[in-house]
Amino acid sequence: MRADRAPDPIGEPSAASTREIHQETMLINMGPQHPSTHGVLRLLLELDGETVLACTPIIGYLHTGIEKNTEYRTWQQGVTFVTRADYLAPFFNELGYCLAVEKLLGIEAPPRAQVLRVMFCEMNRIASHLVWLATSGLELGAVSVMLYGFREREQILDIFEAATGLRMNHAYVRIGGVVMDLPEGGLDRIDDFLRMMPGRIDEYETLLTENPIWIQRNQGVGPLSAEDALTYGVTGPTLRAAGAARDVRRDEPYGGYETYDFDVVTSDGADCYARYLVRMGEMRQSLRIVEQCLDRLREPGPVMVEDPKVRWPAQLEVGPDGIGNSQRYVTHIMEESMEALIHHFKMVTEGVSVPPGEVYVPVESPRGELGFYVVSDGGNRPARVKMRDPSFANLQAAPQMVRGGLVADVIAVIASIDPVLGGVDR
Amino acid sequence: MNAAGIAERVRTSFPDVVVARHEASVIVGRGELLRALGSFRDDPELRLDFLSSVTVNDRPGRDPRFWVVYELASTDHHHRLRVKVGLSEDDPHVPSVTGVFRTADWYERETYDFFGIVFDGHPDLRRILLPEDWEGWPLRKTEELGGVDTRFHGAFIPPVDRRTS
Amino acid sequence: MPVERVEGFQTGRTAEEGEEEFKRGLLLTTLDKAVGWARKQSMWPVTFGLACCAIEMMATGAGDYDLSRWGMELFRASPRQADLMIVAGRVSQKMAPVLRTVYDQMPEPKWVISMGVCASAGGMFTNYAIVQGVDTIVPVDIYVPGCPPKPEMLMYGILRLHQKVAKEPAT
Repeated sequence: MRADRAPDPIGEPSAASTREIHQETMLINMGPQHPSTHGVLRLLLELDGETVLACTPIIGYLHTGIEKNTEYRTWQQGVTFVTRADYLAPFFNELGYCLAVEKLLGIEAPPRAQVLRVMFCEMNRIASHLVWLATSGLELGAVSVMLYGFREREQILDIFEAATGLRMNHAYVRIGGVVMDLPEGGLDRIDDFLRMMPGRIDEYETLLTENPIWIQRNQGVGPLSAEDALTYGVTGPTLRAAGAARDVRRDEPYGGYETYDFDVVTSDGADCYARYLVRMGEMRQSLRIVEQCLDRLREPGPVMVEDPKVRWPAQLEVGPDGIGNSQRYVTHIMEESMEALIHHFKMVTEGVSVPPGEVYVPVESPRGELGFYVVSDGGNRPARVKMRDPSFANLQAAPQMVRGGLVADVIAVIASIDPVLGGVDR
Repeated sequence: MNAAGIAERVRTSFPDVVVARHEASVIVGRGELLRALGSFRDDPELRLDFLSSVTVNDRPGRDPRFWVVYELASTDHHHRLRVKVGLSEDDPHVPSVTGVFRTADWYERETYDFFGIVFDGHPDLRRILLPEDWEGWPLRKTEELGGVDTRFHGAFIPPVDRRTS
Repeated sequence: MPVERVEGFQTGRTAEEGEEEFKRGLLLTTLDKAVGWARKQSMWPVTFGLACCAIEMMATGAGDYDLSRWGMELFRASPRQADLMIVAGRVSQKMAPVLRTVYDQMPEPKWVISMGVCASAGGMFTNYAIVQGVDTIVPVDIYVPGCPPKPEMLMYGILRLHQKVAKEPAT
């Protein structure tokens, strides 16, 4: 109560003073350093008690200048930059960028490379959804889900490390194909993983799907109808949980997705619980796709396009100290062929020359439509690379989703949107 | 509809259409932008009701210097169209499309933040990714890449080669 | 997982350190050792994960590369309750004041590990948006390179910090 008012009589507070108390809202700042905001996201919450009246997300705390940086590097080096935008789904960033550049070049990666790309992308989708599950569980209090999610993710990361040399931010998908083929025994490892994973997803579902606490915290929380979602530009599981079956893999297929047999998982709840169901279903569908990919990988084939003006010249392999040029290739360029050395040097320093033009290529990342608008002016550096990140648009819908809910529901809603601030801020 | 079909359909109202690499792009004037977006959305054959992204392509030394690029998509027909508006350097104003697509809110703020394009009619045009008091439009081609000074509040850190400690 | 001993890794004392110890006397050096041991045994990090390195930090805290072996699984959200700040990820210009504020809020004694090349030196992002090394903002004790560093690398950095902390005088 304000100090300049006359003191109320002792006893029941007068109606006037009660009205006054309720009209004062609280402005609370969540983040950017906060354990539960999925990264450096700052939320300004206007609260009336525990009810959220308005929410303003403030982003930009992870702005990295990736788009500007790609204009100062060659086309191939752009892969290493864009892969760090949405760092939980690096293969998708690389794939979108490479598809866009290949569209500008007018080439297509060889079939085996396309299958490898699809397979690694789907495994990345599972890994990303596992991180979502782990962090969402942790934020809502289910701490053991965090450990289970990361345990399974380690299996996937081991496969990534064996195949690409890195656990994250791989720079594996390159212009013209992929940079390396699977190692010895890679197919068996993925087979083992496929056999193990469905049982683990069953485990998570047993733990959470019928769990009354999980249901109470998620059902009815953060509603977003399909209509509102589309106006806000929301895509991905958040949109599919509202009933709209929109998936770039199905609507505008790329990289061979039209030849795979999978379902687009939707739900009707349009709340956090529905988004949980959609993501669990998507993990199972991704396993289906990976299985189909494995069948196609039984026969060998080239993984990089043949054109010497485009292909990455080196032959890389994963050794005990990480990824590097294979010994055979080093011998070849250093001792056997001067032309090969010169060619290698030119390709690595100067890079590819891409004819002028502009393209927009969307891919379906675990969070929604990840689009790349790439402009070339004919040189060996990009003129403009714009990443249309799904979390950037998804977060715009967050204020509407949390309005009228409790503060604790804000956590649940942000967790269910699954934003990755690296992609939002780039 | 494929890109050629979309181009034919659009060409009746907006003649400046290009089809390249199976993608259709149409150039519209600044004044007709809102009318164009509305007509693309309402046309039953096009039904371009989803705005994927808004960005700018900066070509310094040319006129128009800035090309504002809108990527439209259709949720029904699953086709796309690119709409481009050319702006000159001394008059980087363009009407805001937040009335037509609510998603353009943050995209236009980001474009303003990076390039300095002013979107007339935007409800809250201010910087979104860079600090509020940042000076300059970093993604313009005439701006440097940077990375030599740390512009931290209250402190000046010299570039790496001039540091004494 | 055993940490291998590498050359140059001090297990004994240099001549200067021996002299320092002699000057401080028996009582204080025993106290130093006890306090150093206590400090390193349960160092609690504050949650300061920013980008990709944060995911590897979470993986280091998870089951496979368990940080609770060294008493560190408890990442405190409040800097007032933490004594270690692992700056995991790229620090943008907008985040720099926040980083400094969080560091200032931590009570003494406090240490900083700069995880990843972006935090140590700006990484691959030598541009307008990224602070070129957090040592321009906060004093750093251990730099862990990598993009991102594997959990084993982060653990090695943490263990080096533990050894450094165990040797520090108590006052």
